[in-house]
Amino acid sequence: MVDEKTQSLRDHVTMINAGAPVAAVAFLGQAPTIVLDNGDILLGAETGQKRIAAHPGAAILSAVHAGKHIVTGGDDGRVVLTQASGLHQEIHAAPGKWIDALATREDGAIAWSHGKEIFCRDAKGGIKTATASTTARGLAFAPKGYRLAFAYYGGASLWFPNTETPPDAFEWKGSHLDVTISPDGRFLVTSMQENALHGWRIADKAHMRMTGYPSKVRSWSWSSDGFWLATSGADSCVLWPFKEKDGPMNKTPRECGVRKTKISRVAFNPKALLLAMGYEDGWILLVRLNDGSELLVRRPDGERSAVTALAWNDDGAALLFGTAGGEAGLLTLP
Amino acid sequence: MNATASQDKIPVTVLTGYLGAGKTTLLNRILSEPHGQKYAVIVNEFGEIGIDNDLVVGADEEVFEMNNGCICCTVRGDLIRIIEGLMKRKGKFDAIIVETTGLADPAPVAQTFFVDEDVQANARLDAVVTVADAKWLSDRLRDAPEAKNQIAFADVIILNKTDLVSAEELLEVESRIRAINPYATLHKTQRCAVPLDAVLGRNAFDLDRILDIEPSFLETGDHEHEHHGHEHDHGHHGHGHDHAHHEHHDHGHHEHGSKGGLKHYHDEDMQSLSVRIDGEVDPDKFLPWIQEYIQREGAGILRSKGILAFKDEPRRFVYQGVHMILDGDLQGEWKPNEPRISRMVFIGRQLKEDEIRQGFLACAA
Repeated sequence: MVDEKTQSLRDHVTMINAGAPVAAVAFLGQAPTIVLDNGDILLGAETGQKRIAAHPGAAILSAVHAGKHIVTGGDDGRVVLTQASGLHQEIHAAPGKWIDALATREDGAIAWSHGKEIFCRDAKGGIKTATASTTARGLAFAPKGYRLAFAYYGGASLWFPNTETPPDAFEWKGSHLDVTISPDGRFLVTSMQENALHGWRIADKAHMRMTGYPSKVRSWSWSSDGFWLATSGADSCVLWPFKEKDGPMNKTPRECGVRKTKISRVAFNPKALLLAMGYEDGWILLVRLNDGSELLVRRPDGERSAVTALAWNDDGAALLFGTAGGEAGLLTLP
Repeated sequence: MNATASQDKIPVTVLTGYLGAGKTTLLNRILSEPHGQKYAVIVNEFGEIGIDNDLVVGADEEVFEMNNGCICCTVRGDLIRIIEGLMKRKGKFDAIIVETTGLADPAPVAQTFFVDEDVQANARLDAVVTVADAKWLSDRLRDAPEAKNQIAFADVIILNKTDLVSAEELLEVESRIRAINPYATLHKTQRCAVPLDAVLGRNAFDLDRILDIEPSFLETGDHEHEHHGHEHDHGHHGHGHDHAHHEHHDHGHHEHGSKGGLKHYHDEDMQSLSVRIDGEVDPDKFLPWIQEYIQREGAGILRSKGILAFKDEPRRFVYQGVHMILDGDLQGEWKPNEPRISRMVFIGRQLKEDEIRQGFLACAA
């Protein structure tokens, strides 16, 4: 629990006025990058900050970081790549459609979808398409191999875009939203309309039901060792264990960061078992998984709008966050 | 959740109506009026074209079953996704209009607003508005269950193309509508010419506004009577309401050979039912009964509403239901001289009148 003894890192946070609700954040190299609902992208910290109109007059519905680029999808039907220099490039345009799911792969491959149509663009720019049975919601690349997962009503599928083989369907009744694959490539996990996660062991399609959430899980993060999946959606961060052969089957999840407010975003540090948790009232805490100790990053004095974005830089020394109220901040670990 | 006050939620109007009845005409009429409001319009991707608006979103009408053990609890999955996306443009529009296809069942659209917590946090269902074709509706009520659903579900009915039918035919179709849904506000129009406030800002799903659940055609003062036709005659209805003394307003200028009498029809398939206790009910009997009954029979009950006087409770208990989903609350106090009576209305398929009546009467305090 957070009390007087909780160590505070608030003095190490630099606030950034984003000016509009924040959709996503990322580091392009060391440059803080703030993606706004209103179609703009802010590049760089306080001095020399650039504002790029990546989706003029439109809203950004999805954003994901890929190496030197931030990739954004808008309700203008466009997929745009933006670099830290401000240079940006449209790679897809489907006027009248919404790009509300995106995924990227380390080698520069990008996937996006609108409606039932799924597009997978490899690092060289070659595009393959697939069609889901209902609107595709979440997209995720597998950690190994050129393979894409997509979630929809009734389950999720795994697809090798470079083969003629039809996508391999993993079925489970209900509406599946986001999708992720464990870093070891053994488990496929979706979040569901029914306030639950569903998982499959890819090898035998064995089911895992992860339930008990009071609301939808819309943010999750894998620990750097791949042993834990941290999730939002409850008034504590629920961490599912994936270390063992059977993953979280018949196991109780670990919980941390218990407060009276729900967690809206989570992000694992890429180098250490250190988890950042953003709450619906704007609080941000870090927790060390080894000893459960908590560190306070943010306790808003004024407006208490939800944390909508959290991201660590590559070496795990800085954390960037953004809120629904148009505020952002940069924590540099001491 | 960041709970938002009801007035901050974006109102959503659902436009339904069988193919060709005039939904798009009504939609364009709403959009072209000089109201200074901005609307986000959600249309079916394969629907009629020609919507003149800045913010038009194509929807797929993906109806999903909720995985919650309730067989008729279906929602529009695409609507959940679209409303989430529209919130990124919050502040840039004032209201949402959802146009459904001619064959759509309004229930999943309505249920979306009760079932999804994110939708509920941001938007509220204002009313279901059904456009009906005066010339063809009677036929469609015979051969198209979708058309009947749309009439039964409606809060507002726009009976359009009245210039294409005779006064007798108009009376006929109106009587058929009233046999199914006597509670909706009905407007007779040509080219969907109705004032905006007849279709927007109705608050039909707002518990605060469920103050009266008498059949709409018995009321006065809530109608815009600039259209042809006539809505009042108390000689023929047989629903057991004793409201013969409502004031009529000026319909002296109307000329019609039919004498304006609504015939009483009984629709074999879809009916409405009103039950009443001239006194209080016991909440410990009523609440378990209505919950159990709606769970059991809700698949056939499209809409239900009630205003009840609970024993030892100074406030009215008001509830509404869409199939198996119930929403109820204690509202304003009964006035000192107001008779504390308890009433319920149902619209549904093959309603079990005796069962409902007996079940309700057994809840009397």
